[in-house]
Amino acid sequence: MMQHLISLTVWVPILFGVLVLLVGKNECLARYMALLGALLGLFFSGVIFIKFNGAASGLQFVEDYTWISNLNINYHLGVDGIAMPFLLLNNFITVLVIIAGWRVITYKVALYNSMFLIMTGLMSGVFGAVDAILFYVFFEAMLIPMYLIIGVWGSTNRVYAAIKFFLYTLLGSLLMLIALIYLYKQSNHSFNIFNYYHTPLTMAAQIFIFIAFFFSFAVKVPMWPVHTWLPDAHPEAPTGGSIVLAAITLKIGGYGFLRFVLPIVPDASRYLAPVMITLSLIAIVYIGFVAIMQRDMKKLVAYSSISHMGFVTLGSFLFIGPILNTWGLQGAIVQMISHGFIAAAMFMCIGVMYDRVHSRNIADYGGVVNKMPIFAAFFMLFAMANSGLPGTSGFVGEFMVIMAAVQTNFIYALIAALAMILGAAFSLWMYKRVIFGEVTNSHVEQMQDVNCLEFIVLLALAIAVIGMGVYPEIFVAKMQTGVRDLVLQVANSKLGV
Amino acid sequence: MKFNIVLALPEIFLTLMIVIMLLVDAFSCQHKKHLNTVLTFITLVGGFILQILVFRPGTSAFAFNQMFILDTLAEGSKLFIYLFSIVILMYVKQYINDKKVLKGEFYAIFLFAILGMQVMVSADNFLVLYVGLELLSLSLIGLVALNRDSTKATEAAMKYFILSALASGILLYGISFIYGATASLQLRDITLAIYSMNGENNTMLLFGLVFVIAGLVFKLGLVPFHMWVPDVYEGSSLATLTIIATIAKIAGIIFVIRILFTALILLNKEWVVMLQILAILSLFIGNIVAIAQTNIKRMLGYSAIAHMGFVTFGLMLVSQAGLSAVVFYMLVYVITSLAGFGVLLLLSKDGFECEKISDLSGLSKIHPVYAGIMLLVMFSLAGIPPLAGFYAKFVILQALVDSGYTTTAIYAVILSLIGAFYYLRVVKVMYFDEKDANLQVAQATLSTRTILFINGGLIILIGIAPKFLMLISSIFLLG
Repeated sequence: MMQHLISLTVWVPILFGVLVLLVGKNECLARYMALLGALLGLFFSGVIFIKFNGAASGLQFVEDYTWISNLNINYHLGVDGIAMPFLLLNNFITVLVIIAGWRVITYKVALYNSMFLIMTGLMSGVFGAVDAILFYVFFEAMLIPMYLIIGVWGSTNRVYAAIKFFLYTLLGSLLMLIALIYLYKQSNHSFNIFNYYHTPLTMAAQIFIFIAFFFSFAVKVPMWPVHTWLPDAHPEAPTGGSIVLAAITLKIGGYGFLRFVLPIVPDASRYLAPVMITLSLIAIVYIGFVAIMQRDMKKLVAYSSISHMGFVTLGSFLFIGPILNTWGLQGAIVQMISHGFIAAAMFMCIGVMYDRVHSRNIADYGGVVNKMPIFAAFFMLFAMANSGLPGTSGFVGEFMVIMAAVQTNFIYALIAALAMILGAAFSLWMYKRVIFGEVTNSHVEQMQDVNCLEFIVLLALAIAVIGMGVYPEIFVAKMQTGVRDLVLQVANSKLGV
Repeated sequence: MKFNIVLALPEIFLTLMIVIMLLVDAFSCQHKKHLNTVLTFITLVGGFILQILVFRPGTSAFAFNQMFILDTLAEGSKLFIYLFSIVILMYVKQYINDKKVLKGEFYAIFLFAILGMQVMVSADNFLVLYVGLELLSLSLIGLVALNRDSTKATEAAMKYFILSALASGILLYGISFIYGATASLQLRDITLAIYSMNGENNTMLLFGLVFVIAGLVFKLGLVPFHMWVPDVYEGSSLATLTIIATIAKIAGIIFVIRILFTALILLNKEWVVMLQILAILSLFIGNIVAIAQTNIKRMLGYSAIAHMGFVTFGLMLVSQAGLSAVVFYMLVYVITSLAGFGVLLLLSKDGFECEKISDLSGLSKIHPVYAGIMLLVMFSLAGIPPLAGFYAKFVILQALVDSGYTTTAIYAVILSLIGAFYYLRVVKVMYFDEKDANLQVAQATLSTRTILFINGGLIILIGIAPKFLMLISSIFLLG
């Protein structure tokens, strides 16, 4: 049992997803089963989180079985300090998504719940895979449920958004596949990701691999200028879809940079780091300005996600400074987890309002606080967290990244710090227009405050956001060793070997 | 002189049964509906069993004075052809009843086509190869033309016949040059003759090679010899198309493997270049033009061109890994397509032919299970893991990179991305669009449904445990 925890985290939700699909006719049963599956996933990942030894180096909870022997592909799972927090985040968010869709989703209930369960299992697989092809299979398989989620339950422009999302991400991942096969050839026929860490590669090969991986992960993050699918996909996706997309799918891009790009091609990463930093800073500042101008709330949060993810890529590539420091990488991971909570909370809040008024336009709201005081309080907290208020999780990651940036190059830090102001501007200005003021129209007049289910979801997210803001040590302690190993790995040049 | 007639027993049994079926059809009354179906079923199962019995594993046996060979490649492909034919029979029987096509003729010609394939994959002599090929082609043309009232079908049959005859002519022309240069029609003797020529004075041989390749890729439908494919796909009835697009392709590939890897293997420097160009073109034209199609049959036609291009990449590597990748790809491709055609056949009821992509609108609301199977088929054809089609593409790509063709692999990957678009559109129509008023689901018998579910399940199962089928594909090539 204990040595199969990751497998359980991956397969139990998928199994429940299939079961939910089979009992499809009975919607009530489907909902409860979906919840059970999600809770079991959360339980298993919670056990992994508690049992995980933060001081130990290397992989834990390893499972290694032969899968396709003639190609040397193994069913090889395991987590280190970098992957483990994501496993928990992923399963936590899925429980909330299932609860959030409880009353709202009335069309094809079973398919909806089962798609999210399968999705969550696959994403756990992405974070747990040690074999490159296993990783790739989970990574790609995710596209199928997400395509259906956006396309079936999305709003008006959903078909365009779903196809755009699919093709964008597929382009990236197919190039990655070639890179993986190339690495297989170079590493003496192995698909173990950690073997690639020690495979000597020439600079030209490293740059080629970097570009292939870049396409794959930068599209997922998404980095400027390959971000354009996100503002299309988010507004069209249902609330649950947006939450999963923002909270977890984007993190896979960031995770990919840490797991593949930095350790496998350290020299190319070092060489191209200024480019990556520039792109990140453009995302942080430019997309921050774009976010301010949005009229659609979901689009606004989508752009703010891109801006926040800019901190993640920025932190990942700050290792080029004179002093070897772990702040940047740690900050990147903390920022990803924190953004997972905050983005989920923001989309949840917008979803709550959308279910009542059926509009995402900021202009259609105003004076919501008069009708929904409890909701307004929650939304206030999340908007503050989104703008990086100390005491919330949003502050910790950004602060760590900026600290690392100061050590590397003061200009980077200056520009990145600007974004804190922008974050406050777009979050709070939207908040002011939507929540405060007079009740402007009859839709708002009829709004009811949050119901029990919505309250649970918002409360859970609020606890997470504040908890991580006040005591980030819970996560940081677990991942310290993993990050230190990664930094040492990146510092090694592969060219001389 | 050794005849060793036992080896050809399954083919002889097949021929006998066809004759019996023709007689039964002529003398039985029309209302005995199921007689033909049952007889066909018995024939196929009988052929399958006989085929197992006549083969001794690990050996290559020859018959009819070395003209007929039974090695693992032949045996394996024959068994799969029988197996897939049984599946096809289960899928089409309802459709054939509904459509009021000439039933007796349909089944008899179907069996003739299978006979042609069996001869083709077992031939070790250019003439026998040619005889098998012609038997297959003429039967398929007959099947296309069976739909007499349709102008499209007639046009397709004419086109298929003329172009097929032309291709056969080109092939024969090439063979005659090779015969001229090597003084033999036996595949193995040709290799020896080419070896003894030692690369000198081979202008005539190369001249013949070009024509043989042109004839071969004509049958496979590679660009620039692909013009007939979309028209024939569109003009055929779904039942006929299921045969053309699945088992006939296997026979075609085995046929190409026989000629290139037995007789002309020493000329591989020359034909590798040709195959590479043809494959690159096919992948391009097939994928790009498929996007513009509104007819699902035509779309599948172009997609078949692209898939054949992908397979050709495996052939051009001239390696064991490449060849087993080719066999694996073909098996996966056929299994996947069969499930797709199974669904389309079940959706064609009372003379309605499900052939526009828009005919599938809202299928997920009418019949979620069929829609689910079709979704698996489309994603598998697009090569999305964890479905079977991914591993098919993966092994080819891996073999390509391993042999140093990294640029070609990147090219193939980018074009399969373009290919993903039109498969996605089918899923989009089924899941995102509103219901189509015309669409009705035929009442399928339990056995047909079971086979369809198994077939759909296989797409996932191969995806989860591809090792088994990969192993089978490599056993194919032991002989």
